[in-house]
Amino acid sequence: MTELILTPNIAGPDDFYAELLAAHEGLSKDESDALNARLILVLANQIGDRETLSRAIATAREAVPKR
Amino acid sequence: MWADRYTLAFRAYPYARASDQDRNDPARHPVVIVGGGPVGMATALDLGLKGVPTLVLDDHEGIGMGSRAICIAKRTLEIADRMGCGEALVDKGVVWNLGKVFHQDRKVFEFNLLAEQGHKFPAFINLQQPYFEKFLVDRIRAAQAQGAPIEIRGRNRVAGLDVRDDGATVQVETPEGPYSIESDWVVACDGANSPVRTAMGLDFEGRVFEDSFLIADVRMKAGFPTERWFWFDPPFKSGASALLHKQPDDVWRIDFQIGWNVDRKEELRAEKVRARVSEMLGPDVEYELVWSSIYTFQCRRMRAFRHGRVLFAGDSAHQVSPFGARGANSGIQDVDNLAWKLDLVLRGLAPDSLLDSYSSERVQGADENVLNSTRSTDFITPKSEISQIFRDAVLNLSEHHAFARPLVNSGRLSVPCIYDGSPLNGPDALPGGPARSRVGSPCPDAPFGDGFLLGALGDGFTLLTIDADAPDELTIDGITVSRLSLPADGPIAERYLADAPTAVYLIRPDQHVAARWAEFDAGAVEAALRRAIGKA
Repeated sequence: MTELILTPNIAGPDDFYAELLAAHEGLSKDESDALNARLILVLANQIGDRETLSRAIATAREAVPKR
Repeated sequence: MWADRYTLAFRAYPYARASDQDRNDPARHPVVIVGGGPVGMATALDLGLKGVPTLVLDDHEGIGMGSRAICIAKRTLEIADRMGCGEALVDKGVVWNLGKVFHQDRKVFEFNLLAEQGHKFPAFINLQQPYFEKFLVDRIRAAQAQGAPIEIRGRNRVAGLDVRDDGATVQVETPEGPYSIESDWVVACDGANSPVRTAMGLDFEGRVFEDSFLIADVRMKAGFPTERWFWFDPPFKSGASALLHKQPDDVWRIDFQIGWNVDRKEELRAEKVRARVSEMLGPDVEYELVWSSIYTFQCRRMRAFRHGRVLFAGDSAHQVSPFGARGANSGIQDVDNLAWKLDLVLRGLAPDSLLDSYSSERVQGADENVLNSTRSTDFITPKSEISQIFRDAVLNLSEHHAFARPLVNSGRLSVPCIYDGSPLNGPDALPGGPARSRVGSPCPDAPFGDGFLLGALGDGFTLLTIDADAPDELTIDGITVSRLSLPADGPIAERYLADAPTAVYLIRPDQHVAARWAEFDAGAVEAALRRAIGKA
């Protein structure tokens, strides 16, 4: 089992962020949503470890504003 | 006036006046089965073959039309074979192994069910449900001729029942008027809308899926291969998804997902059905429309399948979506689990509480089936924008990238439940033994002698031994355990030994593993058997 990494782990964070946005350039909202979904699936497969994935999902879910 | 709810394919048990109808005081029966569908008939057959007098009450005079539950899983074939009609099913059925999944006009992947070699039965066959029911009734007729105490009464509709601690009074309506019978036990196999369940005011909760599916059975000489073809968003616009399956007699089964708020009467007009089918098959294909129907479904189960002297089996106890063929197949597993327990209780060899394990084990099976079929349904018919987005992302990726294919869910096909954690389970004390034959599992089949292992297991408790000494026969609390010595090589070694040098397995009458050890120990086997019949 791998710990979910919540400290900086990407070299060149600005480059990465720019690349992520660039990938969405010129896409409609629907196309962007589809791209994001594909990206999540590709990254999830890369991680593979089920517990790490569960922690990542929980971490993202924690950020949902309380209603 | 007696109104049938459906048209018959086979008038297999016409109404005939029974002597019970001419009595002043109600006749008493050990077991009354309500409902003569596949689950009711299989229950009658299994009990009758064990010598238990069994009466089936069905409100029709035979078997209804329509392909309905067409996919018969390997475990169902094995159970049917134990009752003597597995081969008839395979001989008539269509064996298939290859499934193809399409998204729009592209094939995204295919799967092959062709499991390992060395099993008597294939992973799946397709067979119209009326044939399945007919073979069960034919087998009952043959068993009756040899003295099996089974009785089937057609046009005997259960109108009500009074359940007591020691049985039930069953009120029956017939074309010649009502009568009553007493029954020690009632098995309700009366379907999803179970009148018995309703009469008893019992719960049946779960999730409703807001979608409808149109089934069309068409007869044609088509060049399609014998494969399962599933389309998400098919290029022909006949449905949001579509499924094509081959059945015997040159009949093809097509299921179209047609949405929720549909006008059933309109959609079932022959011209309307033909329009959908023709759009799918193309204008030049000639076919004959054999049968069509619209179904909707829920995924739900009763909280418990046993209520005192009334036991629920099949759709009356649990309902699933059709994706995965987990409806009728799980009903037959219910029968497999119930019949031997009811037989032992009726013969006074096991405590009444053994039947509580019928509920707990089959609730476990139903939960697996509800879970799997709910997930399939959520994938096939996405119910939110984001689930649609992810579904389509999976399908898009799966065409080129293998990693996404396991996420594609067009139905997870029925496999038998492994009763992990069952109160009937004895010790799993075979270090190095294979996980697949752990305690609670159905025995994996394997070639044995001139035939197959499951066929050699018989109907009672069995002690399987591999390179281990044991008595040829044991009698524990009036129950006979027969030993079957197996060779320590080939598929048997792979499926029952793995890294263990020797093995002793105690097998239940439903061919599930009750306990296993490396060596025979009389005290351990005795304790495990007592546990397996609910005495511990």
